[in-house]
Amino acid sequence: MGNLSIIFKRELQSYFATPLAYIFIVIFLVVNGFLTFDFGGFYARGQADLSPFFAFHPFLYLFMVPAIAMTMWADERKTGTIELLLTLPINLRDAILGKYLAAWALIGIALSLTFPIWLTANYLGDPDNGVIFAAYVGSWFMAGAYLAIGACLSACTKNPVIAFILTVTICVIFVLLGYPFLLGMLSGWVPQIIIDAISSMGFLTHFDSISKGVFDIRDFLFFGVFIGAWLFASAVVIELKKAS
Amino acid sequence: MIEINNLTKNFDQFTAIDDLTFTVKEGEVLGFLGPNGAGKSTTMKLITGFLSATHGSVSIDGFDISKSPIEAKSLMGYLPEGAPSYGDMTTLEFLNFVAQVRGYRGEEILMRVQHVLDEVELNSVSQQTIETLSKGFKRRVGLAQAIMHDPKVLILDEPTDGLDPNQKHHVRELIKNLARDKIVIISTHILEEVTAVCSRAIIIAQGRIVADGTPAELEARSKYHQAVSVRLSENYDLAADLTGLAQVGDVEKDSEDELVFRILANGGNSIFSQVSEIAQAKQWPVTEFHVSRGQLEDVFRTVTQQTQGAD
Repeated sequence: MGNLSIIFKRELQSYFATPLAYIFIVIFLVVNGFLTFDFGGFYARGQADLSPFFAFHPFLYLFMVPAIAMTMWADERKTGTIELLLTLPINLRDAILGKYLAAWALIGIALSLTFPIWLTANYLGDPDNGVIFAAYVGSWFMAGAYLAIGACLSACTKNPVIAFILTVTICVIFVLLGYPFLLGMLSGWVPQIIIDAISSMGFLTHFDSISKGVFDIRDFLFFGVFIGAWLFASAVVIELKKAS
Repeated sequence: MIEINNLTKNFDQFTAIDDLTFTVKEGEVLGFLGPNGAGKSTTMKLITGFLSATHGSVSIDGFDISKSPIEAKSLMGYLPEGAPSYGDMTTLEFLNFVAQVRGYRGEEILMRVQHVLDEVELNSVSQQTIETLSKGFKRRVGLAQAIMHDPKVLILDEPTDGLDPNQKHHVRELIKNLARDKIVIISTHILEEVTAVCSRAIIIAQGRIVADGTPAELEARSKYHQAVSVRLSENYDLAADLTGLAQVGDVEKDSEDELVFRILANGGNSIFSQVSEIAQAKQWPVTEFHVSRGQLEDVFRTVTQQTQGAD
């Protein structure tokens, strides 16, 4: 067992040692159900797919994921445990990945507990399960992108609330970048290549195509690279700011 | 052996640590003294690799802390200032975690954790979450994790802060027992602790070493070293009897008690027999008569207040 998995285990256990993990999972499931069935018109649409379920995820994650991410490093710095952690014989890389993967796993657990909706769709009709599976994975990757932003901004401050607000703000920007309304405003006076570049940085652009069943590895690659870049930035921030 | 060469740490414009050079050998218990803000904790953070130095190097048994951090960190146990630990874990869970990170597996984990639980007497709170523990217990949890892997080098930042006298005594005994073939560096501003456990003391002020020696050597630098302290039953002019003796210096009146005087020794030589002969010959109205040891506190105050007095 390497240090990465030891840290991963400790972090995941500490989510479940406090009510945090349970509250997160319950709220996630309740809000998901509410959005899907009431706002999404899951039954009224008369279609056996999970589009109304996935369509709300970018907005749901906007508040849920930063709440998980905000304490990740801010608490370590506030309580001084960062000094303990980083003077143990552990690579900074293992520490960052271990903590990140634990939080990502928690989101994964919450997401996988929405399986009754998938079962419902199968009971009522004959959905394309391949598309649904891809959409689940895509949704989890998108959550990972939010989480990576949160991890980095949590490393910037000792105050989790500041980390939360900053993370929500940055995430909103990345959601809006792919929003058709914003892109529509730009078209006509901004060169198309710039609009394409902006749009390609947006979460919605990639998530929409994944959740509609257009399986393009580049969409997953986008989230993967995005996560890697923000985690690398966290390493830089931690190195710079651990003294203060 | 710990070798520290020209260690310097700047925070923006502020120089926290200014060109420190010293080595610590096996078996030494080094007391690191200095006023608040002198750079004690910063030095420890540099030695343990939490912070990286602006200039200079730290090497632990030949492993440079910046070039081979994992190897160097494996040799060290560290109790950071304030003894931080994960509050939502129980003592046992936390120590299990540290044991795993220190490379123990399976049965070894149980054995090591039980060993340190016994060593710092934590068995009674092993199932309690750390955030519910008293300050003294938290400090002991911090000590327990530091000695988990029986480290060659133990670095303790104010290990007895917040402990009651019994616990302080216990921790000092622990440090003494550990110290035989190890290197222990403790920072403290409790001077009695230095006399009690340290074989060597370094005093730093404004990031520089201002004194370095055994506690006895440092005490010898006190102006009260070898001084004779006298309590009289009535007022008497001692100084008049003592003029002409080369080794006897000034006579000081105690600030609190009118009838207590200190006869200072020039050059740190013993003046006890000379003074006692005169006292008998002149029939001083003496009720108490003894040699005072140098006070580490005087030395501390003297060397840390004259900031230019680096040696």
